[in-house]
Amino acid sequence: MKTVIVVGNGMVGYKFCEKFVAKETSEDYKLIVFGDEPRPAYDRVHLSEFFENQDAKALEMAPAAWYAENGIELMVNERVADINREEKTITTAKNRDFSYDYLVLATGSSAFVPPIKGVEKKGVFVYRTIEDLEGMLSYAAALKAKNPNAKAAVLGGGLLGLEAGKAVMDMGLEPHIVEFAPKLMPRQLDSRSSQVLQLKLESIGLHIHLSKATNQILGDDAIVGMEFGEDDVLDVEMLIISAGIRPRDELGKSSGLKMGVRGGIVVDHKMQTSDENIYAIGEIALYNQMIYGLVAPGYEMAAVAVDQITGKTDNIMAPEIDMSTKLKLIGVDVASFGEPFMPAAKGHSIIFENKTQHLYKRINVSLDGKRLLGGILVGDASDYSMLHQIYLNSMPIPSDPSQLILPAGDGGASFGSAMDLPDTAVVCSCEAVTKGQVCCSVKDDGNETVKAVAKATKATTGCGGCKPMVTDLVNETLKSLGKVVKERICEHFDYSRQELYDIVKMKNIQDYDELLDTHGKGNGCETCKPLAASLFASIFNETANKQDTIQDTNDRYLANIQRNGTYSVVPRVAGGEISPKQMIAMGRIAQKYDLYTKITGGQRIDMFGAKLHELPLIWEELIAEGFETGQAYGKSLRTVKSCVGSTWCRYGMDESVSFAIEIENRYKGIRSPHKFKGGVSGCIRECAEARGKDFGFIAVEGGWNIYIGGNGGATPKHALLLAEKVDKETAIKYVDRFLMYYIQTAQPLMRTAAWLDKLEGGIDYVKDVVINDCLGIVDQLDKEMQHLVDTYKCEWKEAVENPEIRAKYTHFVNSTAADENIEFVSLREQKMPAPWA
Amino acid sequence: MGLKYNASPNVELKANKMIDSILKEYNTTPIENVTVWFKAAAVTKFPKNGGACVKYNEKQIAVFNFTREGKWYACQNLCPHKMEMVLSRGMVGEDMGTPKVACPLHKNTFSLQTGENLNGTLSAISTYPVKIEDGFVYIGFSE
Repeated sequence: MKTVIVVGNGMVGYKFCEKFVAKETSEDYKLIVFGDEPRPAYDRVHLSEFFENQDAKALEMAPAAWYAENGIELMVNERVADINREEKTITTAKNRDFSYDYLVLATGSSAFVPPIKGVEKKGVFVYRTIEDLEGMLSYAAALKAKNPNAKAAVLGGGLLGLEAGKAVMDMGLEPHIVEFAPKLMPRQLDSRSSQVLQLKLESIGLHIHLSKATNQILGDDAIVGMEFGEDDVLDVEMLIISAGIRPRDELGKSSGLKMGVRGGIVVDHKMQTSDENIYAIGEIALYNQMIYGLVAPGYEMAAVAVDQITGKTDNIMAPEIDMSTKLKLIGVDVASFGEPFMPAAKGHSIIFENKTQHLYKRINVSLDGKRLLGGILVGDASDYSMLHQIYLNSMPIPSDPSQLILPAGDGGASFGSAMDLPDTAVVCSCEAVTKGQVCCSVKDDGNETVKAVAKATKATTGCGGCKPMVTDLVNETLKSLGKVVKERICEHFDYSRQELYDIVKMKNIQDYDELLDTHGKGNGCETCKPLAASLFASIFNETANKQDTIQDTNDRYLANIQRNGTYSVVPRVAGGEISPKQMIAMGRIAQKYDLYTKITGGQRIDMFGAKLHELPLIWEELIAEGFETGQAYGKSLRTVKSCVGSTWCRYGMDESVSFAIEIENRYKGIRSPHKFKGGVSGCIRECAEARGKDFGFIAVEGGWNIYIGGNGGATPKHALLLAEKVDKETAIKYVDRFLMYYIQTAQPLMRTAAWLDKLEGGIDYVKDVVINDCLGIVDQLDKEMQHLVDTYKCEWKEAVENPEIRAKYTHFVNSTAADENIEFVSLREQKMPAPWA
Repeated sequence: MGLKYNASPNVELKANKMIDSILKEYNTTPIENVTVWFKAAAVTKFPKNGGACVKYNEKQIAVFNFTREGKWYACQNLCPHKMEMVLSRGMVGEDMGTPKVACPLHKNTFSLQTGENLNGTLSAISTYPVKIEDGFVYIGFSE
């Protein structure tokens, strides 16, 4: 058995392992991996997502257990310090020796820190690892506590610098980008596209400083500013350096491998270094006199090294590496492919620019106008996948190539479809999956969803940039097989929830049987009935009393059914504010009916163990005491949790309780695809856990921050920022619209977090809809929400006052006897149902 | 039977023996075996496309007024999953032409014709014939 040692557990090092264990011959080898970071490899490309959720696990390429399951020995936190090439051994920083047959160097790169006076000061960071990010977060939090308007700068306006700029925004500091060159992203963009990008970034609050050479960093102990010229100073209290990368090639140097003049370990097309037993891949490998700082070439190198070591020696690195990229920087699409800067002698450029919309598109075509050579897209990169494929496969282009980039409907048309590509076209470059493989996976292996295809082929699992194209391919292939791509509710309705929503609304259908007769078939079921009930409630604000047999049992009896068929009762306690008088009343009633009481997670009181016939009696008394239903039984607003806020708390920035009460009373009774919860915190200490709710407000200096799409439960999720520092009226307006939009478009029983996850464009799209009104529907959403607010009624009041509704609250239709099957036992001076045997 | 409850030691378990004796109470009764037609309640007492529970001696029978089909069904009120008397509060519906009831506790579904569990492997529930005469609902029993 031979031993392969991999030095470095980053994205490329991980990819090597993944490809290695997939080989049939992998059992003939022992694989040992060293990483000097404290955790297994994670997705550095999406590092800025860490600021949104602080979830390091979510970024993992594979959990630690994966390595063990695949027979890989993974040693994190252990840096390899030396290589002894003669003995074929390595020595780690912990002074342990291991011998190898093959050594794979994948140590990647570190951030380049330019030699500027003062870079050692506190508050200066680099942007590379999760530990860097954690350091930034705690520093930023301390800064903000002292000065809520603190500024932070990023040194470097390249791709990584702009990513870091997003991180600064996410941390709530005022972001400044400082770039030495006269334009942003100098390596990928021409001057005009760079200007368009700059305009767009400035419009969302980034301050951009170009042509600035930093002389020194000011401050005694910690940074207070940057000095460019004598009188040219920028006051910032934090600095993130993102001025490029340096290969971590020390091991190559110290062991005498052939090195590049400016660093990097020289490799040939087999990824072999000057020592035939040592390979180098990723950002330390100098191939064609170039260091490739992108994931796709790194993965390709990993695949070549795996094949070379396991004996498939005909797989070598292509002589030319495609450096095309597409990314979303701070929500802005930026892409460049092929030859983005075209010397006039080699071809012609066609440029479309619209600064009012922050759009720029440039394509470069050959002098004879027949081939696409490269291009740049800023603001809208939806054409990227297609253009990139046309370029890669030298496909023919229209005689008027401007059609490729002109907006559709403007004389232009989108050219071709993904199905026109040759089968050999690589659609997912991270995983090297071809169009043919995707289509076969659908046709021959019966994978009929993008998810299933992704699982089978790994397409879309890298950077995810190819997802739109893979989705098209899957759907088109399904269509070509005569299969309908459709979500349907159940066997009785051939519609999705959203389609049925529109039907009910447009045709004003208010009765389940009518809906089934006119738009469905058969006699309905437990899936479509409550769904229709929810639509009638969301659209007409119909209470659950009107069509009670299409409701789930909880809604039918306006109470939560419990383990033994008894029910629990939860009156609304808006914002969790309850007076002693109300507590006494509730206690008296609970005692009278012998109910088990407990405080719920949503800051209210739940009373358990009520028999069916007792429900109207209990509610009659509760209503007389001024309570109303808490809708704990409904797929509807539960509670708005609050901290005590500035009314009592010495840290409070605003009255969170008052706001929570106002908002809970606003949304009470509104039925939705799933239950939803809110939270209001009076300051960023966030005692109300508002970011764990479907919507949350947090008081900050200058207004409220709004978060949406969080939840606890089986898949906990932190809510994402929708808007910052807005006043209360605006905050309510935005959440009104978000909720209405969610109610109209979500699938059945889908919480806001899952909905947001599935929504194309995610949180940015929600912002576009509810803030920028990109769909032109906000007036309608406002109106519909106001209608729901204005027509609220307490359904329990309606029930106790109506003898016909009250009549259903008996266990037996032919007897007043109680159900003898219900049995209680005692528990800590209260009662509980007799356990299930 | 079913889920083991992790109770404190001083809590007594509902005896298995008792459950057996409850289950023995319910036996599917074909119409030809009916010896007693029990007059349960007026038709108007039962909601349209919904159910209600009828007490017959010690038995609890769920009776469904499946208006869309124009038919009536009766079965035991006891859901065999967790042994709770709740089926009459379930929703009625149809599974590829078979009329069914969904238990309100965990949405287990049972055929209203044969009593068979349609979405799992629970034991079948017992069903009983129903007839309507002079605006009253009658359930047929053999005992």
